[in-house]
Amino acid sequence: MSKFKLITDGLIKNNPTFVLLLGMCPTLATTTSAINGLSMGLATLFVLVLSNMAISAIAPVVPDKVHIPVYIVVIATFVTLLELLMKAYTPAIYEALGLFIPLIVVNCIVLGRAEAFAGKNGVLSSAFDGIGVGLGFTCSLTVLGLVREILGSGSMFGWNFIGGNDGMLAFVMAPGAFLCLGYLMVLFNKFLKK
Amino acid sequence: MAVKSNLINMVLVLGLTCLFCSAVLGGAYVLTKEPIEQAAAEKTNQAISKVLPHFTDVEYNEAGRYYKATDGDILVGYAIESTVVGFGGPLSLIVGITPDGVVYNTSVLSHAETPGLGAKCTSDARFMDQWRGFDPSVKTLAVKNDGGDVDAITASTITSRAYTLAVENALNVFNELEGGQNNE
Repeated sequence: MSKFKLITDGLIKNNPTFVLLLGMCPTLATTTSAINGLSMGLATLFVLVLSNMAISAIAPVVPDKVHIPVYIVVIATFVTLLELLMKAYTPAIYEALGLFIPLIVVNCIVLGRAEAFAGKNGVLSSAFDGIGVGLGFTCSLTVLGLVREILGSGSMFGWNFIGGNDGMLAFVMAPGAFLCLGYLMVLFNKFLKK
Repeated sequence: MAVKSNLINMVLVLGLTCLFCSAVLGGAYVLTKEPIEQAAAEKTNQAISKVLPHFTDVEYNEAGRYYKATDGDILVGYAIESTVVGFGGPLSLIVGITPDGVVYNTSVLSHAETPGLGAKCTSDARFMDQWRGFDPSVKTLAVKNDGGDVDAITASTITSRAYTLAVENALNVFNELEGGQNNE
């Protein structure tokens, strides 16, 4: 499989949010604005690429029965690393995403890619797979965040275009997350089927 | 695919992985410790400088949860942390009070209010500006619905009441501090 196809697969055919429906918890909770969605996506991308590479490198020597615990330890290490780095250098973003950064450990996309791809493929392919799926997640979250931000607070990437705080509040709250996600999923799959 | 499992290689691989990972994290912790502390200190300093006039030194009193800010030998004021129960959870403020007992300014440290409603306590200019120079000896510290002088945020009376209560608590802490000093 070509490296390029690995990336487009992650973006479109295996899009974690709109096609595989993985990682719904951070998807619904952190996409209150485009910036938050983008940062959450990039944080996951970081963990995904590094854990995919590390896991594909050690997979040949990991005994079958303990492979899940070993993968989780590796993933948790990268997540904690990310957490420390964000606390030190981007405290504002860390605060906005809060609990959802440590929760990347149990994000099923990361363990899912480790199981389904990184454990059976080489380091380079796994890195590209991580980039593809991570970008897919990032784009989905940014789009979802953007739609919710436009409808909910009348702004785009923090730039307010209606002047004032009079958006449709429901879209910033949980019900709006479900509604937007549902409709975006319909749109995405409609174009995918064509 | 994977190696066949036996007790020795399972213990060995899992043990080595954990050892290596903890070493990496230990190193990362040491490297990021200082920047993290700096970021936290900067955040507190920013919060204090928002609610008090110019100062050079702060001293934190852990028991009373307040910062005493001084400019040289002159007391600039107190920045008092105050936490109450808001509409959606704890609402944490920092309230700056100058030595004459007037609120200099207030700022929200953390909150869990409803986005677009109570959460406006961090963005609604009309609500936030009224705390600047709020003098409790002239104005009544209660929202207008309760017969006071505080303009509530539209549709968020509970949040506004909680905010008012937090300021009141901070003023009480301040009065105790000042009262204690006058007795000395």
